[in-house]
Amino acid sequence: MRSFWRISIFFLGLIAAANPVYASNGDEKTGAWLNFDTVTTLIFSIISLLIVLYAIWSVKSGRKFKIRDIPGLKAVDEAVGRATEMGSPILYTPGWGGDIQRPTTIASMNILSSVAAKTAEYDTRLIYPTHDPVIMAVAQEVVREAAIRAGHADRFRADDVFYISSSQFGYAAAVDGIISREKPASIFLLGTFEAESLILAETGNAIGSIQIAGTDSTIQLAFFIVACDYTLIGEELFAASGYLSRNESILSSVKAQDIIKIMIALFIVVAMIWATIDPSSKWWVF
Amino acid sequence: MRTKIPLIICLVFGVIMFAQYFSSHPLALKVYNNILEWWQIIFAFTLFIGVLAFVKNNLKNISRGKEPIYKLIGLLGLVLMPILAIAGGTGIDSPFMWSFDNMLAPMQATVFSLLAFFVASASYRGFRARTVSATILLLTALIVLLGRIPLAEMVSESFPKLTFWIQSYPSMAARRAILIGIGLGSMTTALRVILGIERTYLRGE
Repeated sequence: MRSFWRISIFFLGLIAAANPVYASNGDEKTGAWLNFDTVTTLIFSIISLLIVLYAIWSVKSGRKFKIRDIPGLKAVDEAVGRATEMGSPILYTPGWGGDIQRPTTIASMNILSSVAAKTAEYDTRLIYPTHDPVIMAVAQEVVREAAIRAGHADRFRADDVFYISSSQFGYAAAVDGIISREKPASIFLLGTFEAESLILAETGNAIGSIQIAGTDSTIQLAFFIVACDYTLIGEELFAASGYLSRNESILSSVKAQDIIKIMIALFIVVAMIWATIDPSSKWWVF
Repeated sequence: MRTKIPLIICLVFGVIMFAQYFSSHPLALKVYNNILEWWQIIFAFTLFIGVLAFVKNNLKNISRGKEPIYKLIGLLGLVLMPILAIAGGTGIDSPFMWSFDNMLAPMQATVFSLLAFFVASASYRGFRARTVSATILLLTALIVLLGRIPLAEMVSESFPKLTFWIQSYPSMAARRAILIGIGLGSMTTALRVILGIERTYLRGE
């Protein structure tokens, strides 16, 4: 944490020190250390960062945070249990749309870690097809470590975490084929999905799998809601890590997220009232 | 040490990428472009690992007699396309383009066209008016569907207006609420990764 502050202060200091270049030559935008077009985002980012740090500090000084029940995440145990009882595998896929640097993929990895630990504990097969070789490498490591954590390193099957194709419909066809042939008892569709979302979800629905889905695309969420048993909507996917691990530091950042959301809601309400009273006002437009 | 070094790399690059967004200085742009180039190089290497894993998995399954035909076709596609490209080039009349236009493109179109049938079956399930909210959803969907066709405008001019209102206000409000949640979730997840609180991607810790 201390190193983060040092680096942040160093960079902000660098920007502030070098910015007179811009100030002395006001009409020249390119070449400035600080791009004034992004100042609003910078201020909002710093406020958000401070709120997250405050929430983490609160936890460290003994404050407890509670998180509401999320049905989709509560159902993870049910999904793994069902597959174990039926002797069928579990299929987990992060979708075609994302790569490893996307927060949705990171959030999906967090859930994968919990699911993999449970499947290792119950000796249930976990199939993880993906479209991205980097995701494959990270997922292999996450599943392996989860198996070690569960005390069953021998139950990790590297061949079950595999790369299929970077082509969208090649990936969709392959995963569809796996679903149809292997008939997994439970399917997790968590990550960034595009047009393949409904193809996969409907195939899973047709074979009677219990399906838990979540994505950052509002268009694909609508498809998941009608085709899947449980859908993680909006920030629920990102709260999964704290919810499943009960890690206080992660839960505190989820709480910080709620504080920022309340602030945004208040800002919207104030701006709405202001705009109604004074339609010519524009201070709330960024 | 195995965890600390990746955490430091993540922190440093996270802060650099964060800071460069707010700068238009040539140095910031150069750093950004360089990091993107490094990413491309890393991706190329991992693609090699991915293809190797694909070949290994398929060969293993063929030797075990597990779905050998599918696996063989997959491997043939992987080997044949580069051979065709190297031997005959990638011009319009090349064997590579012929295979692309007459095999790969129709297969992709076939999978994509499945979506039409799946939309129909999913809509049927979603629009079954079993509850009050499902009935509201059904009626709203009907209004929007009717409002998008020219015939509805001939029946009543209010249909397109109502459709526009539904899409611009109640629907947009719900979408934006979800998007704000997603945006904040993405931001806090990124912060957790940069600050080293979230370490699942590092050996599942």
